[in-house]
Amino acid sequence: MICLGIEGTAEKLGVGIVTGDGEILANLTKHMPLKEGIHPREAAQHHAQNIKPLLEKALAKAGIGIDEVDLIAFSRGPGLGPCLRVVAVAARTLALKYRLPVLGVNHCVAHIEIGRLTTNAEDPLTVYASGGNTQVTAYVEGRYRVFGETLDIALGNCIDQFARELKLGAPGGPIVEKLARGGSYVELPYVVKGMDLSYSGLLTAAVKKAKEASVADVCFSLQETAFAMLVEVAERALAHTEKEEVLIAGGVAVNKRLQEMLRTMCEEHGTAFYAPPRDVLGDNGAMIAWLGLLSYASGARQRLEDTHVIQRWRTDEVEVLWR
Amino acid sequence: MEVIAKGAEANLYLEDNIVLKERIRKEYRIPEIDEALRSTRTKREAKLLSLARRAGVPTPVVLDVDNRSKCITMSYVDGEKVKYIVDTLSEEELNRLFSEIGSLAAKLHRANIIHGDLTTSNMLLSQGRVFFIDFGLGEVNPSLEAKGTDLLVFRKSVRSTHYRREKEILEAFFSGYRSEYPEGEEVIERMKRIEKRGRYVSAR
Repeated sequence: MICLGIEGTAEKLGVGIVTGDGEILANLTKHMPLKEGIHPREAAQHHAQNIKPLLEKALAKAGIGIDEVDLIAFSRGPGLGPCLRVVAVAARTLALKYRLPVLGVNHCVAHIEIGRLTTNAEDPLTVYASGGNTQVTAYVEGRYRVFGETLDIALGNCIDQFARELKLGAPGGPIVEKLARGGSYVELPYVVKGMDLSYSGLLTAAVKKAKEASVADVCFSLQETAFAMLVEVAERALAHTEKEEVLIAGGVAVNKRLQEMLRTMCEEHGTAFYAPPRDVLGDNGAMIAWLGLLSYASGARQRLEDTHVIQRWRTDEVEVLWR
Repeated sequence: MEVIAKGAEANLYLEDNIVLKERIRKEYRIPEIDEALRSTRTKREAKLLSLARRAGVPTPVVLDVDNRSKCITMSYVDGEKVKYIVDTLSEEELNRLFSEIGSLAAKLHRANIIHGDLTTSNMLLSQGRVFFIDFGLGEVNPSLEAKGTDLLVFRKSVRSTHYRREKEILEAFFSGYRSEYPEGEEVIERMKRIEKRGRYVSAR
């Protein structure tokens, strides 16, 4: 069975083609050029303009025709409404035109499953950090339960917005990571509430701090503080859930320093640490295709009229039928 | 000394009915952050354990604090974590227990004490009494926001850990909380507002 998955919850548009055995035949991503934050309508236009060529390229890359595809999957949520709707329309159109079944799947769960597929992690605690999401989840009795998450903005959003305020460029993550090298520590607020996090106060404080301290120092301290908070929450969740593996997911997880910190924490606990390859860490189509395959194989079906998007869709609302 | 627990942030040792809690260094974070966190949390925990007891909430008795080694010495509470007994309780026992826990949380908040990590892992049942432990993330803060967040942490931990009995637990907890704390309703309202600010709310 071959599934074509379309991702488009935010500024990235992705098309992935995956086989039932978990072989990724194609995984192409088109990034919307960003000068500032994501405007939902502009991102949706970007997706609408690029979906057709991206689909063609992905099929060519996979070396198959659309007639060899058995299933269409798309990111149904959570995400930006206008973006989700463009992707849903594309998926439904393909399904109708080529008479294929279509499945809308959860974006956050897709990150977890592609991580498990590509790293062979079996039952990990997942640390998922991206521009829009920050969650620590683990599988318990039929669901990916949320053990820790941000109470306000996402980690990636905190860093991106900081970079924007200081006019460092976009996306902020890699820029701040580079500038942080050679910085030294200045104090910033560290906010952990139980197993949850709060990044909005840190963002405000970092922007303010940049008026008196060097940019390198604030970038360094922002990363160190924000990441230490996330690693601490992961550590607590690890002790709580007694899982023996840690998996990272999401665009922010590409950050070398964050990976290093999580790896060190895992070593201290004798826990295995898994980092998926870069091209499946951030938002991508292959993860949607793979979750589509898993869902379909475990009996999930959706009628066309039931494929409406879900902008707010909690990870722990998804019934995990395939495990 | 016998190691009785290795938590995420501290090791616990037991000798002669006395517990030594040592906050250990974490290699993953830079020394500046590590030192500041361990130091503040050790001091805060010792202070809040005592304040909480004065507010009528059973806690271990603090015997000594050593901020150089980040150690607190306290009396041993021989009990079981509430987390592990939830599934063994009858409906009535569960009700009674969580109504009691709710009223203890209310006593903390009435005294402006924020626990910071209200979960069933941080509550011990010993001879019919519930003890609150692990105040390291706590603070003294009179604001509605802090109290509301405290309740939200509890509610979310129940959701992830005791999903099978979530409804019963929360009902008992909030009824105990309300009955002990006249302004409790306001805090509960704030909790709901804070939750709605989050990214992952299914309904706003």
